Amino acid sequence: MSAHDLTQKHKLLECIQCGMCTGVCPVSKKTNLNVRNYMREAAVYGELPRHPENELWSCTTCATCEARCPKEIKPYEFLIDIRGSDVEAGKIATTLRDALESVFKNGNPWGRIRSKRTEWTQDLAVKHYAKDMDFLYFVGCTPAYDPRAQEVAKSFVTCLEKAGISFGILGTEENCCGNEVYGMGEKGLFEHLAEANQKLFRKYDLKQLVTSCPHSYHTFKNRYETRNFEVNHHTQLLANLIDEERLAFQKKLGKKIIYHDPCFLGKQNNIYDEPRKIIESLPDVELLEFDRSRERSLCCEGGGGRMWIDIPGPRLAEARVQEAIDYGAQILAVACPFCLSTFEDAVKTAGVEDQIQIKDVAELLSQTL
Amino acid sequence: MQIVWTSTLHSYMPIFVSFLHPLQQSQFLFYCCLISLSSLHAGKALNRPILRFQSSSWVRTVSRTGKSRGPEEPRIGVFICHCGSNIADIVDVKEVVDFASKFPNVVFAVDERYVCSEPGQALIRENIRKHKLNRVIVASCSPRMHETTFRKALEAEGLNPFLLEITNLREQCSWVHMHEPRKATQKAKVLVASAIAKATLLEPLTPMKFSVTPAALVIGGGIAGIQASLDLANIGFKVHLVEKTPSIGGHMAQLDKTFPTLDCSACILTPKMVDVSRHPNITLWSYSEVESISGFIGNFKATIVEKARYINKSLCTGCGTCASKCPVKTIPNEFDLGLGTRSVAYIPFPQAVPLIYTIDKENCLYFTKGVCRVCEKTCPFKAVDFNQQDKKVEIEVGTIVIATGYDLFDANRKPEYGYKQYKNVLTNLEFERLISAAGPTGGQLVRPSDGRAPKKIAFVQCIGSRDILTNPYCSRVCCMASVKQAHQAKEKYPDAKVFVFYIDLRTFGKGYEEFLWRVQEEGVNLVRGKVAEIYRKPKDENLTVLFEDTLLGQTREMDFDMVILAAGLEPRVDAQQIQKALKLSMSPDSFFLEAHPKLRPVETHIAGVYLCGCAQGPKDIPDVVAQASAAASQASIPLIQGEVVSEPTIAYVDKELCCSCKICESVCVYDAIEADETDEEKRAKVNEALCVGCGSCAAACPARAITMYGFTKEQISKQLAALLTEPT
Ligand SMILES: Cc1cc2nc3c(=O)[nH]c(=O)nc-3n(C[C@H](O)[C@H](O)[C@H](O)COP(=O)(O)OP(=O)(O)OC[C@H]3O[C@@H](n4cnc5c(N)ncnc54)[C@H](O)[C@@H]3O)c2cc1C
Ligand code: SF4
Ligand code: SF4
Ligand code: SF4
Ligand code: SF4
Repeated sequence: MSAHDLTQKHKLLECIQCGMCTGVCPVSKKTNLNVRNYMREAAVYGELPRHPENELWSCTTCATCEARCPKEIKPYEFLIDIRGSDVEAGKIATTLRDALESVFKNGNPWGRIRSKRTEWTQDLAVKHYAKDMDFLYFVGCTPAYDPRAQEVAKSFVTCLEKAGISFGILGTEENCCGNEVYGMGEKGLFEHLAEANQKLFRKYDLKQLVTSCPHSYHTFKNRYETRNFEVNHHTQLLANLIDEERLAFQKKLGKKIIYHDPCFLGKQNNIYDEPRKIIESLPDVELLEFDRSRERSLCCEGGGGRMWIDIPGPRLAEARVQEAIDYGAQILAVACPFCLSTFEDAVKTAGVEDQIQIKDVAELLSQTL
Repeated sequence: MQIVWTSTLHSYMPIFVSFLHPLQQSQFLFYCCLISLSSLHAGKALNRPILRFQSSSWVRTVSRTGKSRGPEEPRIGVFICHCGSNIADIVDVKEVVDFASKFPNVVFAVDERYVCSEPGQALIRENIRKHKLNRVIVASCSPRMHETTFRKALEAEGLNPFLLEITNLREQCSWVHMHEPRKATQKAKVLVASAIAKATLLEPLTPMKFSVTPAALVIGGGIAGIQASLDLANIGFKVHLVEKTPSIGGHMAQLDKTFPTLDCSACILTPKMVDVSRHPNITLWSYSEVESISGFIGNFKATIVEKARYINKSLCTGCGTCASKCPVKTIPNEFDLGLGTRSVAYIPFPQAVPLIYTIDKENCLYFTKGVCRVCEKTCPFKAVDFNQQDKKVEIEVGTIVIATGYDLFDANRKPEYGYKQYKNVLTNLEFERLISAAGPTGGQLVRPSDGRAPKKIAFVQCIGSRDILTNPYCSRVCCMASVKQAHQAKEKYPDAKVFVFYIDLRTFGKGYEEFLWRVQEEGVNLVRGKVAEIYRKPKDENLTVLFEDTLLGQTREMDFDMVILAAGLEPRVDAQQIQKALKLSMSPDSFFLEAHPKLRPVETHIAGVYLCGCAQGPKDIPDVVAQASAAASQASIPLIQGEVVSEPTIAYVDKELCCSCKICESVCVYDAIEADETDEEKRAKVNEALCVGCGSCAAACPARAITMYGFTKEQISKQLAALLTEPT
């Protein structure tokens, strides 16, 4: 896309150069990414921004820039388009290329074969989705393959079973949702995935989908154009089940828990209350709040393809974990497999394993049942 | 077909028509002219300067003859204007003149460079005489431009001014068909033919006159309302000033110093407040609200509710014994924005006008628990009266000035700044109270968290303003307010570091840029970049401010021990109450809308109602005062004139046809038509003073009982027939 086309598409000339998007951009702590300058170069001087790769790829597509922009401009969408032209020209890191290739070949970005997608269900009796079931549990690539995130999927399944919900998964038929592919700028592949998935969903006459990944949630909800099924995040469904008293708490937790709002669940989809409601209803817990919580939550750096490219510099996740400890939390609760992963890493690199644990809300809930 | 009568539609329609195929055009034109004729009429009527009356029971008949020469056999003169080159470059005016001359009743047709000019008007007059014209058609620009001019020419020749018909060859023809001269000429002919058709049926009409009550109502007692009241009272008219809170003064009373000259706000405001209370022509209704308003220019009736203060205003001397004896002294003081406290028996601030104490019923021990009455026992003047009731008073006025001011933007709506969450984040108005010697800290600028003097202060601009998500407009005063406050902070603590974070610093007024330069010299740091977020580390009251210095292109974090948010100005939450009572319009930003942004800035669309101050939009005190004087001057015109004259183009009900269905009543937004209760058969009756001639009732009436003077059904049908006839 030319600078002119990008200017038109993203309404760049409407920018008042206030610096809110850049001021709030979480990765500005580690790189010199200045999205306002990028947009200005394109809009005012008709030049496509050319900057070091680590700047362009540091964006996590957290969308905080969009949330703050007083002119309803979406700076990160502009960056994604710039990424797109680099992807097209083949000028991207090999790790990113491998991830994209793997999505194309195996339906997941983790370089794992399709037949292993259901490995996590080995000890469980999870059924394949059928038309008469209430919910399709869309597991997502990370909970399906990542050993740590698999625990979340298992816990969620436990909760669903205890509540007597009829649900199934798509097993090896399940495909990458495409959210991260979109964030990496490979919109062609994204369209392809979106079409394939919708075809699959139509085949099963899908009515209700629940996912434990905010990234899938966001993409199904906001980027699939002809969606005719309802999308739920697992915290929404679980909060409902608690409301309807379909879950019986057996054990006490006895912990101080601080909750981190994932960007794709909070800022991008305004789901703030349900995860908190779950935590607050757990027996014997104290819910703590970060100073920067809800719409002000700090990005963990997990989105926008950042799981497949390392950008050197201070890690926001480490700062977040340290802050949680400073607040006196024993558990840092999350509701996103990427947050889980980045925080688990941060706990290890900072060497604070004995001070704090990272847990998904579903894990906490299943522990008390 | 239901027709929406709007003047916007009217002005866009010709553009739309020009996109249509000729056949569609002619069909569309049918609707178009129906709408445009009437909407044109509506627009004009809405803007008519003034109304009036002699006797409201006076009813005219359709064929009523005007005061001057009546119409015999129509003798029409047609004057086609070139409008310089505006019309003549596109439309072949000679061809239109030829075309017009061939109509049976047209005795004279001519084209002229500028019909509105002196020679143009002379041409009309001369030919009225020469050809004994009794109908005149001018084919020129919009009637909004020159209808009055041409009417005067008719009047000068003893012809009833309503025997004039204007057809618009500029806005509705040459301008919109600039690239199609042939079609434009054909359309011009059709328009002239339709004017001729109507002209043959024109009737003389007589405007009405109404007398005016020589008094004004001013709503809102901020500096705007104070200035307007004083001006009106000094001209010599009786003024009723209604203020909602216990004292006049508004926001200006809360300010410490005022930019750019730094005079003490109270010192320049309080003398004016006292003038108001002493002025023999002003009745001050404090702690009062306007409950309802009816009537029309010259003859408004308003019901004022004076709320019970539980203290007799004629006995209270303002000694303050009640307040000092009252055991409950911890009520957050609204005037200090909750930064200080007051007693239940209180005045908002020491210089309050009127100096009468008020008992806040909600927090009073006697009202809530039935005990106490200490104030009653201790008041030396026996002024406390727990049996007082709200009092309703009816007043009559000729004109009304709205001066209800603004609300400060609620900074809680921007959670990224942690207002109310962090003790040391304050708004600009709170800063005014903190720095004021009469404020809760006695003028000590200290951190609310620990009472320490701040060493590093940030001012954050555009809170809630210039933002699609909240208010897109610029609040116009907050830049200068912050620059002023930065100066004040530096003055108090010369060693303190003071930063102002801005997108653009708008210092446009007289002496403002110079003031900014002075403040820069004093060592205030200006950073171009709006603060994106404020946060706080665990267990720390210091604040970290996140921003991009857009001039450096660098994103930074900086610690401050106090942050002042430059909250913008918003329409008052309760402005709609007044808007509904008076049927005023609001602009898209929800401030009251003026009749014309440039040429009628203090009038509204409702005759006799004027605007000033921040009720109309954000502005600083110099602008508020200037506008208030302008509004007072406008509001005094009808009062001085003593009578108002109305357009006669209003609705008339044929009692024989009216079936009392009341549909007209339901469509009239001006409440100008209703089933007459004095009439046995309850026929609809028009209030001629209220009717603006919009035509809604006539269009809605199923019995076709309503006629619009100047736009009768016969006239419109004939015009339509002409419009649908292909010109030769
Ligand atoms: C922080 C800050 C600092 C400022 N500093 C300066 C400065 O230094 N210099 C300067 O020129 N300007 C300054 N301004 C702007 C100034 O405050 C306004 O220009 C001015 O006060 C507006 O006056 P007003 O009478 O229009 O409105 P207001 O002051 O808002 O007065 C309106 C009055 O109407 C009353 N009212 C409202 N509704 C009703 C109703 N329905 N019935 C009866 N009464 C009603 C209200 O109670 C109030 O008393 C500052 C503004 C702010 C926010
Ligand atoms: S999406 Fe997030 S990381 Fe990317 S530019 Fe916007 S604020 Fe920065
Ligand atoms: S926040 Fe929006 S208006 Fe402000 S600089 Fe960024 S894109 Fe431009
Ligand atoms: S009666 Fe009410 S106002 Fe009077 S002193 Fe007691 S609490 Fe105060
Ligand atoms: S006056 Fe200044 S601070 Fe206020 S809205 Fe306008 S630019 Fe922003």
